[in-house]
Amino acid sequence: MTAPLSPESALESHFVDEEQPDGGDSGPIVSKSPGQLARARFLKDKLSMVALVIVVLYVLAAISAPLLVKVGFLDPYSSNQDLLNEFQLPIGAWGGISGDHWLGVEPGIGRDVLSRVWYGISFSLAISLTATVIAVLIGVTLGIVSGASGGWVDAIIGRAIDLTLAFPQTLMLLALSTVAIAFITEVLGVPAGPPAQSLYVVVVLGLFGWTGVARIVRGQVLSLREREFVAASQMMGASKFRLYFKEILPNLWAPILVTFTLIMPAFVSAEAALAFLNVSIRPPTPTLGNVLSDSLKFAENDPVYFFVPAILIAAIVVSFNLLGDGLRDALDPKGHR
Amino acid sequence: MWAYIVRRLFIGVALLLALTLVTFVLFFASPVDPARYACGKNCSEDQRDQARAALGYDKPVYEQWGLFMKGIVAGRDFPADEELRAAAPEVVTHCAAPCLGYSHLNSSTVNDLVVDAAPVSISLALVALVMWLVGGVLFGILAAVFKGSFIDRGIVGLTLVAYAFPTFFIAVFFLKYLAVKWELWPYPTYISLEDGGLASWLGNLIIPSFTLALVFMAGYVRMTRAFMLESMTEDYIRTAKSKGLKQRTVLFKHGLRAALTPLVTMTGLDFATLLGGAIITESVFAYPGLGLLTVQASEAWDLPTVIGVVVLAGAFVILMNIIVDISYAFIDPRVRLG
Repeated sequence: MTAPLSPESALESHFVDEEQPDGGDSGPIVSKSPGQLARARFLKDKLSMVALVIVVLYVLAAISAPLLVKVGFLDPYSSNQDLLNEFQLPIGAWGGISGDHWLGVEPGIGRDVLSRVWYGISFSLAISLTATVIAVLIGVTLGIVSGASGGWVDAIIGRAIDLTLAFPQTLMLLALSTVAIAFITEVLGVPAGPPAQSLYVVVVLGLFGWTGVARIVRGQVLSLREREFVAASQMMGASKFRLYFKEILPNLWAPILVTFTLIMPAFVSAEAALAFLNVSIRPPTPTLGNVLSDSLKFAENDPVYFFVPAILIAAIVVSFNLLGDGLRDALDPKGHR
Repeated sequence: MWAYIVRRLFIGVALLLALTLVTFVLFFASPVDPARYACGKNCSEDQRDQARAALGYDKPVYEQWGLFMKGIVAGRDFPADEELRAAAPEVVTHCAAPCLGYSHLNSSTVNDLVVDAAPVSISLALVALVMWLVGGVLFGILAAVFKGSFIDRGIVGLTLVAYAFPTFFIAVFFLKYLAVKWELWPYPTYISLEDGGLASWLGNLIIPSFTLALVFMAGYVRMTRAFMLESMTEDYIRTAKSKGLKQRTVLFKHGLRAALTPLVTMTGLDFATLLGGAIITESVFAYPGLGLLTVQASEAWDLPTVIGVVVLAGAFVILMNIIVDISYAFIDPRVRLG
């Protein structure tokens, strides 16, 4: 038996005996691959479809924002002092909403709120996406190695997970920021400001966030490694690298996809929390987190400015979570939760 | 059983050693002079040299780590430099074991700072724990019983939305709207048990703890719901039902017990994490717990305090891990410890 090349065919070959050989009188029976079944289940799930649409809208917003800023449609940096009253609050109801400023202007400086949050989505999603990729890369690699090799390697990786979990994450992020950002700018030569700040957040979120992925992947690998195709390729003399990443890895795409969609929203929240602690990218460059934490000063006096970024964060977090749940339900029919 | 406990403790000690070592390497192996971060932001050259000598930052990293570990096991004296101690015996501060360090900025041992701050964090964590456990488990069971219905979707959806809003937003919303604008609740300030008695201690903790509990509630609802659904399909549940037991008994005595094991793990770890300080909640409500202590310490560049709390918080998690693993055997008879 040759090893499956694509994940789809891997699942297909496994389920092939379920196809009924005799069609009976009811005409030819069309067999569906598990992939097709999963897709059908997912498309039928209305809540997940709504979540998917919202996630796609956010991604489109994130991609379009830099272009719209260049074109001049969005203007996240210019101040509009003439739109503020003597208390530095926007003139007019609802935080100064007008034809020019659809979500009003921010108190204090008077920048356009729509431009701030729209552009902020770009930075927030870019940070959480990159951090998620790092966490998943580390987690998947260590999870496969840990599950497939077992023995002392497994034990060491297990202890490494315990150790990582023991570190108070937020506290470390906060406390290390001064030292680490100095290191990033002075030694690595990354320009100070947003590049150094975002690099720091991304790397540290990734370094602390991989443990969950590793545990899930390890669990899957433990059962995968007993399968015939692994034994077969072992007998054909496949190297460890080939075994781990060419044979086992392609069978893990479903759990990896699900964990990916569930880590993303956690990192969006984490970015916001870090912005509150002044660790994320700092203003004037907007992120959803730093816009929201700037709005705290005006919580009672300018509710629109206070609620808009919070709702935008909550919406993306909820959507990603629902999408992840929907994917899990669709891909794992046995887990009927 | 005893062999297992001993082995677990042994691994715990090894993890603790690794934790302190990694912390030291992270903070001291960088090219930035740690003395700069230990004596405050506006620190002159002289003061920096003084801090360096007093804290022993002029020694190599491994030696400092050794001193720190010695402090934890046997206690130590500050300033770290022997000549300094001999020259001015009146300023020597003894820091008894387990010594977490000496804050040059506060002129006090980190232990004293921690002893002041810990009750606040413990109070917050305890009340929050009760809230999210009771809420999470009850709502989780309710959602499982009414699986697929309006109630189920409502509970799961609402807790997810509450989780999705950033904690500092919810905290500020409660403060500025509930307490200040609508005056529905008195403005919360921390009052210790000794100072104000049970009623005012608890009354002031409700809003901050509820803020914290909302973060965890969604996870516990989902977890309880999932495990209840799973355990309700087991044979022993059918047996219990067909014996004619009341639904309440079946749910709470038979169903919930199987769901307890994963819940205990999660609870233990979340609680341990919170004991190290709820950084954001404490900052917004200005509750002087370990979280606020570290925020202030890291803003003021008070490195010894930061390291002390990191090590302490890590120790909580490692210890709780051991307790959780051992308590498995008592909760779930199916778990055999090898």
